[in-house]
Amino acid sequence: MIPDIGLGHFLTVAAILFTLGVFGIFLNRKNVIIILMSVELILLAVNINFVAFSAHLQDMAGQVFALMILTVAAAEAAIGLAILVVFYRNRGSIAVDDVNVMKG
Amino acid sequence: MNSDLTSYLDLAPAIPELMLAIGAIVLLMVGVFTSSKNANQIVLGIAMSLLALAAIAAVALPADGVLFNGAFVQDAFARFMKVLVLIGSAFALAISVYSADEHRLNKFEYPVLVILATLGMLMMISANDLISLYVGLELQSLSLYVIAAFKRDSSKATEAGLKYFVLGALSSGMLLYGASMVYGFTGHTQLDEIARAISLGEPSLGLIVGLVFVMAGLAFKVSAVPFHMWTPDVYQGVPTPVTAFFASAPKVAAMALFVRVVFDAFEPISKDWQQIVIFVSIASMVLAAFAAIGQKNIKRLIAYSSIGHVGFALVGLSAGSQIGVEGVAVYMAIYLTMTLGLFACILALKNDEGYVENIDDLAGLAQSRPFVAAGMAIIMFSLIGLPPLAGFFAKWQVFLAAIEAQLFVLAVIGVLASAVSAFYYLRVIKVMYFDEVVHQFEESALALRLIIAISGFLIVTYYFTLGVPLTQWAQTAAGSLF
Repeated sequence: MIPDIGLGHFLTVAAILFTLGVFGIFLNRKNVIIILMSVELILLAVNINFVAFSAHLQDMAGQVFALMILTVAAAEAAIGLAILVVFYRNRGSIAVDDVNVMKG
Repeated sequence: MNSDLTSYLDLAPAIPELMLAIGAIVLLMVGVFTSSKNANQIVLGIAMSLLALAAIAAVALPADGVLFNGAFVQDAFARFMKVLVLIGSAFALAISVYSADEHRLNKFEYPVLVILATLGMLMMISANDLISLYVGLELQSLSLYVIAAFKRDSSKATEAGLKYFVLGALSSGMLLYGASMVYGFTGHTQLDEIARAISLGEPSLGLIVGLVFVMAGLAFKVSAVPFHMWTPDVYQGVPTPVTAFFASAPKVAAMALFVRVVFDAFEPISKDWQQIVIFVSIASMVLAAFAAIGQKNIKRLIAYSSIGHVGFALVGLSAGSQIGVEGVAVYMAIYLTMTLGLFACILALKNDEGYVENIDDLAGLAQSRPFVAAGMAIIMFSLIGLPPLAGFFAKWQVFLAAIEAQLFVLAVIGVLASAVSAFYYLRVIKVMYFDEVVHQFEESALALRLIIAISGFLIVTYYFTLGVPLTQWAQTAAGSLF
């Protein structure tokens, strides 16, 4: 017998994904690409939240918001990768520990 | 709501935005299809006049109203902040002209990106819905990330761009997570309907979580402590004209957004957000005052100084009153005047080794270039908050609002932080006036000296010239939010 999956379950999944994304940005010491993936994870967690709330509230605004986020996330990933490419050309590395010219 | 778009006249409140949106696309075409070598200068000239025209349109067209199914609002507050943002962007472009070649900003995409970022800022200021707020914020942020990494053969600039991107994307994510919670627990995305839904019952825990995340995201965008860590690196790494842009217009827009969100959407739970704003404000003022002391790079110093000034502006916001918002509006206007003047000074400092960025290299500036040194000293004294300069009146107004709201501890800490911060401004002045000359400085461009002169004049004569009309206008602006 499978229990009903309700709003709470979706919110829990989204909260876990969001936390994973945030930790992925701060604990990762290897590769900037992983940071970009973590950012996407955060945005997808938010999307789950919006769609779950939208279904729960019987209100379309949440789904419209989710579509907007998907679009902007694509643009954000494109710009992030472009900046990463110019960074790589200058430094020859995309390791997080090498992002260290400026300190203080 | 009003009838949407039955005639072109319904679009009147959004004319500044439309001008910039269409202008940016046209300018891209101009840039691509102009065969002349100085396409970038043509585009830059048109871009500056476009920003000026949009500012005039924002002042002159009295069309207020709610547009696009309630996603967009134009009121006196929006108009005040839009004019500040447009002036900031236009002057940031103007002071970039003389060093565009050396800073690799001599491509026509740069002014177009500035216009797109400015368009995003105007949309943020006018946002009346979480969706339009997010889209405006991202239009601004995405343009700013690209502008940060625009000098693409510099490892400093690209690193600054990368750091700005990662932390900016994280802050957008936090803001969105908060927005999703607010939407889920109120059922609305429109700011005034959120406020109405909140006032119907006890605020739920989920709503408070949403509020905290939204405010964390906004604090990132205004670079308030504890979300300030990107600011020094980005300000130092990007070319100086870009730093001037980052420190002026986006700060004003983000602060305007902060004010609008807390007052339009979260007015019924003002006790909850006031605590957060008070904490953020105290942390910003205190940390900036101490962290700036050890800085050697002038742009890093200004980064901490701007963090501190955001803290002071937030003092006005934490009062949660109309006079507080008025204080924030006046503060941002004066901050903008001082910042643009200060960056004009820094861009006027060039010796035989190139543009000066280290504070020690300013030694003997007063003998070599007395005018620039005097302008910089006046602006620094104003940043400290010395009467009768403009910076004093800015601080006076926000502290007055805090005292009226019985926030005595906040006001006292603010004044003390202001006194501590005097130390690092005075150190720069000491180096300029009392140290021995090491390098001779080159003659600076006339337009830069003109901007320094305007900024210095407005700061010195603030009480007699700018003061009264600015305060009155800020009063009207703040009144439209209540």
